[in-house]
Amino acid sequence: MNPHDLDRMKNLLQRALPPLESGAELRRDLWPALLKRLHAKHAAAARCGSASIDWVWSGWTWFDSAWFDGALAVALVALIALFPASIPVLLYYL
Amino acid sequence: MRSDDSNALSQFRQGSPEAAEAAFESLFRLHQRAVYGWILRIVRNPSTAEELTVETFWRIHRARERFDPARGFEGWARQIATRAAFDWMRAQPSESELSTEICAELSAPATGDPAITAEIRLKTALAFGRLAPKLRIAATLAVVEELPQKEVAAALGISVAAVKLRVFRALRLLRNDLKKQGITP
Repeated sequence: MNPHDLDRMKNLLQRALPPLESGAELRRDLWPALLKRLHAKHAAAARCGSASIDWVWSGWTWFDSAWFDGALAVALVALIALFPASIPVLLYYL
Repeated sequence: MRSDDSNALSQFRQGSPEAAEAAFESLFRLHQRAVYGWILRIVRNPSTAEELTVETFWRIHRARERFDPARGFEGWARQIATRAAFDWMRAQPSESELSTEICAELSAPATGDPAITAEIRLKTALAFGRLAPKLRIAATLAVVEELPQKEVAAALGISVAAVKLRVFRALRLLRNDLKKQGITP
């Protein structure tokens, strides 16, 4: 597609979907809906007893963190160094 | 970052539960209109944009510990909002996203080039709705809304070059789809 085609496609797309006016006004206050959702989250946490959703999320953050990936890589290297016979098994499963 | 943002953010992240909720409400009231406007530009449907604004702030609340003050709240919120819109678009069956208002708008007589009829505009909009969400978001923001590519890249969490590539791919796929329907742009 050459630059001329690109401009024509841009023009066509702009005609098909005109840009929206900036500064769109909200039709209603969304805070009550958000509050309801947040309270539902807290209620769910209360139902789970001491294991709150926040704990689950903080656990996920911990699990997702970069250092965990690093530790996993170190463990893998150590496994290969100590048990070279495991290489074909690892390759099979990877 | 504005000082009221900064105060509210520090309360939101480190304050007591009551102070955190009050700070979160203050942040919500400060930014809800901007977040709603951003999402509306992507999804082009007021009801969906409202739902996704609530979803975005819920995600912000959930991810408050990961907030980096150096990046500023607005950019962070915009990135989360874009992700929420992307998730929503991905969950929708294609071609279902043109609201009745948009269809009515497209049926109206063209105001610009008379060669571009209402039928072509409708077919273009429908073909655009069939594109992958990640291409559609990039093209909507960069081409339709004519936002700076740097701003689009920041919201999508990709480089400016990747935005250019997505826009190019979107337009090429759109042209191919229209050609199959006998429309030569």
